[in-house]
Amino acid sequence: MLKIFSNRQYSGLSLARNALSRHKKWPRAWRDPEPKNSYDVVIIGAGGHGLATAYYLAEMHGIRNIAVLEKGWLGGGNTGRNTTIVRSNYLLDGNAKFYEHSLKLWESLSQQLNYNVMFSQRGVLNLAHSDSEMESFSIRGNAMRFNGIDAELLMPDQVRRSVPYLDCSQNTRYPIFGGLLQKRGGTARHDAVAWGFARCADAHGVDIIQNCEVTGIKTSGNKVTAVETSRGEIRTGKIGLAVAGNSGRLAAMAGLRLPIESHVLQAIVTEPLKPIIHTVVTSGASHVYINQTDKGEVLFGGDLDLYNSYAQRGNLPRIEYVVQSVLTLFPCLSRVRMMRTWGGVMDMSMDGSPIIGKTPIDGLYLNSGWCYGGFKATPGSGWCFAHTIAHDQPHMLNEPFSLERFSSGALLDEKGSGAFPNSH
Amino acid sequence: MLLIPCPYCGDRAQTEFTYRGDATVERPVAEDSAEKWYDYVYTRDNPRGEHTEWWHHTSGCRRWFKIRRNTWTHEILGSESAISDQLKG
Repeated sequence: MLKIFSNRQYSGLSLARNALSRHKKWPRAWRDPEPKNSYDVVIIGAGGHGLATAYYLAEMHGIRNIAVLEKGWLGGGNTGRNTTIVRSNYLLDGNAKFYEHSLKLWESLSQQLNYNVMFSQRGVLNLAHSDSEMESFSIRGNAMRFNGIDAELLMPDQVRRSVPYLDCSQNTRYPIFGGLLQKRGGTARHDAVAWGFARCADAHGVDIIQNCEVTGIKTSGNKVTAVETSRGEIRTGKIGLAVAGNSGRLAAMAGLRLPIESHVLQAIVTEPLKPIIHTVVTSGASHVYINQTDKGEVLFGGDLDLYNSYAQRGNLPRIEYVVQSVLTLFPCLSRVRMMRTWGGVMDMSMDGSPIIGKTPIDGLYLNSGWCYGGFKATPGSGWCFAHTIAHDQPHMLNEPFSLERFSSGALLDEKGSGAFPNSH
Repeated sequence: MLLIPCPYCGDRAQTEFTYRGDATVERPVAEDSAEKWYDYVYTRDNPRGEHTEWWHHTSGCRRWFKIRRNTWTHEILGSESAISDQLKG
């Protein structure tokens, strides 16, 4: 734990003290160390998941001789490219328990990390556009409540009251029949999550090594021995892959072929507006999810571009479709200007659920397959992955997310759509 | 906008097409091992670079064909009618 009066602890007091020196004496939030020759654990990927894993390994399992290797800069991949939504509104037990654990970690994360991750429980509202969708929402809502997760089924007039600018008329492509609200869901500041975990992991002695690309994984017998990097070879007995988007490539370095395809997913923000959308609003009819950031920008995303891609940029037809979907729900936004669009590379697993666990190679652990939804899992994923690496076996919470589930048939297919890499 | 080279219609906008995925996976016969079926149904090479893939000209001639495309740059390297595989035997 950071000392309350040290210069490293962020507080009202440290803010006042640093104001006196015109904010010129703030210490670095984390070091920039040279890689050592060997570590107990090497985590590949300094995004939210990799940094959270390193933090929980140090904080909860007492393993501190850790390197987190990053080919670019920390938080520069999907951690910096998502739509910041946090929720645990899942139907299946395995998903529900894992994401709820993650949501509970979110609720105290700012205090735990002494870093404001701006977690805002503004609610996540799924819209229903037919009677059958309302039926499926009531099933999912009940399943959530059985799992101890909050869920409320809203009637159309309740939806209209809670999201006043939504087009709730009958004269629209997808009339609104109601919704499923998870009030404890919301958004968080994505960059702050990476920075908060990085700062705390670093304070525990974890080496975060940026601009260090892994080029090979060495094994002896059936056990990992080292990683080859652009900054030299690093020996280690345990390697954790937290490189969603590139999991297939990294796993291939160790001779593994994964049930994953890489696809590009785009997101869009508008110019900033006064607050008009107070919750996260999603619709499955055209597949779109919308929220308004604390800066006032309307932030939204939709489907994948739907062809395999490692390019961190997408194409205009998808943007046009997603914008049309947003305007169907919120016609009032029609003259708002788009400010930026960008793309991130998703690990699309074959059942829409992540893979967190061991691999057939000793000492190689896999955290991958996050599809559309890795951001909300950041603390829970790091927590479970750290447990898996420290104990060489999964925690009860990530047992259902094993790689073997695809061959054993115990899939976590939330949509029930079969093996196809475009699910949540 | 990607321009997809349909072997029959020529270059057309991507919005006319449906993408189906990796064209190198081959369906095993029923008697094949569970491992072979597992690989066919689930695992993929997922390369960053040249990828051979199925496209369907859904809003055009409705032909299935393969293209080779770079998944990192989106550069299209060639296309081939699905039927040519069978013609080659």
